[in-house]
Amino acid sequence: MTDDNEHSRHDHHHHGSHTHALLPSDPALRVKALETLLIEKGLVDPAAVDEMMDAYQNRIGPRNGAQVVARAWSDRAFHKALMEDATAAISSMGFAGFQGEHMVAVENNDSVHNIVVCTLCSCYPWSVLGVPPVWYKSEAYRSRVVIDPRGVLREFGLELPDDREIRVWDSTAEIRYLVIPQRPAGTGQLNEEQLAALVTRDSMVGTGLARAPEATS
Amino acid sequence: MNSIHDMGGMHGFGPIPIEENEPVFHADWEAKAMALRLLMGAWGKWSLDAGRHANESLSPQQYLNLSYYERWITSLADLAVNAGLVDLDEIRNGAPAPGTRKNIPPIDPDGVRKLLAAGRPSARPLESQPRFSIGDRVRTNVNAPAGHTRLPRYARGRTGKVTTHHGGHVFPDSIAHFNGENPQHLYTVRFSGRELWGNTASDKDFVHLEMWESYIEPT
Repeated sequence: MTDDNEHSRHDHHHHGSHTHALLPSDPALRVKALETLLIEKGLVDPAAVDEMMDAYQNRIGPRNGAQVVARAWSDRAFHKALMEDATAAISSMGFAGFQGEHMVAVENNDSVHNIVVCTLCSCYPWSVLGVPPVWYKSEAYRSRVVIDPRGVLREFGLELPDDREIRVWDSTAEIRYLVIPQRPAGTGQLNEEQLAALVTRDSMVGTGLARAPEATS
Repeated sequence: MNSIHDMGGMHGFGPIPIEENEPVFHADWEAKAMALRLLMGAWGKWSLDAGRHANESLSPQQYLNLSYYERWITSLADLAVNAGLVDLDEIRNGAPAPGTRKNIPPIDPDGVRKLLAAGRPSARPLESQPRFSIGDRVRTNVNAPAGHTRLPRYARGRTGKVTTHHGGHVFPDSIAHFNGENPQHLYTVRFSGRELWGNTASDKDFVHLEMWESYIEPT
């Protein structure tokens, strides 16, 4: 497609829509060019850039969600509160916020397995899991998991019984889903911290299971 | 809009790109792209859905050829220019236009911490009564709006069951085009795999989607 073709698209809301063609094509240069301009214009504070990157590189990630799951496994009252109002229960642990404003917890058991996707973009519960992994944002996952969830799970090494109900949650609104995986057998004596170590990111999206205790060191 | 972003149910994209021990970001520029996009969003000049619409307004060829954070940074330039925060010559020259004043202070690190802690809830109180109740059978409309919508093609004209009422939420089809929040009742609707994909689907597969009230009709 030529630039002219693109420019001929009629869209009142995007009359500037080829602005981006003026940026360098290499992504690192492209980001650098825009960053420099935005900082020079006073639109972006470099210290805020560092703060935002630090937040998602070091503070907000799947260890947050793992603590929520571990508490749900070990504390009956918390489990009940989480299933009734996940936003409030997660907030009580300090993990509410951006891209976790409206949380719903969905629980796996012997008859139901839950999987989360966003077929239209990449909606993901950032406040408990951090930024999404590449596979979650991939065309392959977004296109396939709604039509062939069992085939997708097999690629993740997960073979579910044919009679296990699968519920795929396509995040079309601002409701964000946290999957509560099944608690592995043989974990009765573990404390919350030990339990949290068994909870993988994928198990909280539904493409994996929590680890068995012997699999951890 | 019926474009490539709406890919639920498509074939041909191959295996899932699973990466063991994947880093949070694969390069520093990815983290920067994420940060710049969110920090510019904090000016409040465009909504989350206007941002999504900027991504889906990339041509299908471009959408598929760009990586995730490339899309973010690419459409950020469009959003910033359309919002009047940056002008075209500035993008072209990579520097502020001569004589422009600096903007009022941008969001600072403390503001970032507050933004991430508070988020931007989309729930809105509504005085109207919800049209549907839990357990109602509903059919989705078959409209194909040229603008932003959150009713994927694969779920149009399909019958499902209301399982949850979430109260009022900002309506993406409106806010994405700067036409106001116009909140509507929001529901979760459960569809069987067979309703969506025909008889090759397992009768144990279900897909749940959030539906604004105007997306659905009584059966």
